[in-house]
Amino acid sequence: MKAIYILCMRQLKRYVRSPARIIGSLGQPLLFLVALGFGFRSMFAKAGGGNYINFLSPGIISMAILFNAVFSGIEIIWDRQFGFLKETLVAPVSRLEIVFGRMLGGAIVAMAQGTVVLVICVIAGFRIQNSLLVPLAILFMFLIALLFTGIGTVFGSVLQDMQGFPLIINFLIMPLFFFSGAIFSADGLPKALKFALRLNPLSYGVDGLRGACSSVYAYGLATDLIVVTLLTAILLGVGSYFFSKIQL
Amino acid sequence: MAEMIAVHDLVKNYGEFCAVNHISFTVAEGKIFGFLGPNGAGKTTTIKMLTTVLDPTSGKILVNGHDPTRDQKQVRRSFGIVFQDPSLDDELTAYENMDLHGILYGVPHAERVKRIDMLVDFVGLGDRKKDLVKTYSGGMKRRLEVARALLHNPRILFLDEPTIGLDPQTRNHIWSYIQQLSKEEGVTVFFTTHYMDEADRVAGDVAVIDHGKIVAQGAPAELKERTKCANLEDAFIALTGHAIREEEANAMDRMRMMGRAWRGGGRR
Repeated sequence: MKAIYILCMRQLKRYVRSPARIIGSLGQPLLFLVALGFGFRSMFAKAGGGNYINFLSPGIISMAILFNAVFSGIEIIWDRQFGFLKETLVAPVSRLEIVFGRMLGGAIVAMAQGTVVLVICVIAGFRIQNSLLVPLAILFMFLIALLFTGIGTVFGSVLQDMQGFPLIINFLIMPLFFFSGAIFSADGLPKALKFALRLNPLSYGVDGLRGACSSVYAYGLATDLIVVTLLTAILLGVGSYFFSKIQL
Repeated sequence: MAEMIAVHDLVKNYGEFCAVNHISFTVAEGKIFGFLGPNGAGKTTTIKMLTTVLDPTSGKILVNGHDPTRDQKQVRRSFGIVFQDPSLDDELTAYENMDLHGILYGVPHAERVKRIDMLVDFVGLGDRKKDLVKTYSGGMKRRLEVARALLHNPRILFLDEPTIGLDPQTRNHIWSYIQQLSKEEGVTVFFTTHYMDEADRVAGDVAVIDHGKIVAQGAPAELKERTKCANLEDAFIALTGHAIREEEANAMDRMRMMGRAWRGGGRR
């Protein structure tokens, strides 16, 4: 247990000590929020969609968590390169403890980043309808963070170097974000795209978070919660498995 | 005396390539054992298998009486290691690196604090222990790694080219401490080095490995006698030949290059 704690703390210390990373990873969500949020606001309202900032913000928060979580997982590659990974792999603690500490730390870091983005969204005009549901929103944020830290851990464990990183960003993470209902709703989409949205784990995270903030669900709270929790459990397991197979 | 490391008929293949080819040796408790060989001979591969991070293709290993492929925890508790490449977290302070190590190895708090202070002072980093490791020079990082490997009072110390990049003063300082540990506390030391004078001076026994096979084994004096050479360096060249070895760049080397390009100027 102490190993989990100290490795988690390590992630947090590294996060707090690199303001460049904190500010740097705010750039993209901020850009999306301002460009899309204000760019499409009047169009969205005219089409009868209501307040676009309220619709978009949970998507942007999810995006920030998605990117940071995947990145936290993939950090294993950097630790491999700079050698610290070896130090943990020869220590007399189980791989499971190591990977849990890492994933927990990574998820908390991603959550923290998501919270910063949430504050920015509120400044931009985002309003949470029912403050009683804030814990539910936090739960969804944390589940999204864990889920994608798990995915990042799989890649970080399997890949030997950073060469594949742009591939993962462009062919996995970006599509996951764009087709998650983060920036538009599934209504009126072509059937194939609608189906893609249903297959995307992030869709349920975004929907759950949006529902908690505005009480409007596309798939329903129970579905969202069950799907995201199940997938998180599976991905944590798969991530741990691949991590336990690392050989130096 | 008990055998702390026993290797029997050990083999490691990477696809077609045989990195370690049927090697056997033993190291008795409290001995300092030098594992010598040219680049790419199989030294680091052997250390990886002894230290549980790489599974052998075949053969048998016992470290402190335990099998590294099955009783990983017992084996890991038995040894401390200084890797060939740095393995510190640059974004943590020296103290935090030590503390993290102590916690991973289950060293109780009071003892941890005491030993960390003692060890960082010993390697001359006492007044820099609160600084981030990324502000350290290569030699300072090396010293910190040696201190860290000793933190949990290991029975065996694996040192993979531990003195690379250190000045003679520091090398002497570290070796005399390691010799003292081996003599007074019976710590077994298994090390690799390219400095033959160092091996000659500190090792009780050495094994010379080349192309994955052990080509000679014994006390440095015996090797010198057998090859009729005046010093161990000449004996080493007599045993392994003059050819310069090419090591293939692995994924890690390629990535380090890329990392350097991206991060501007390299961090080591």
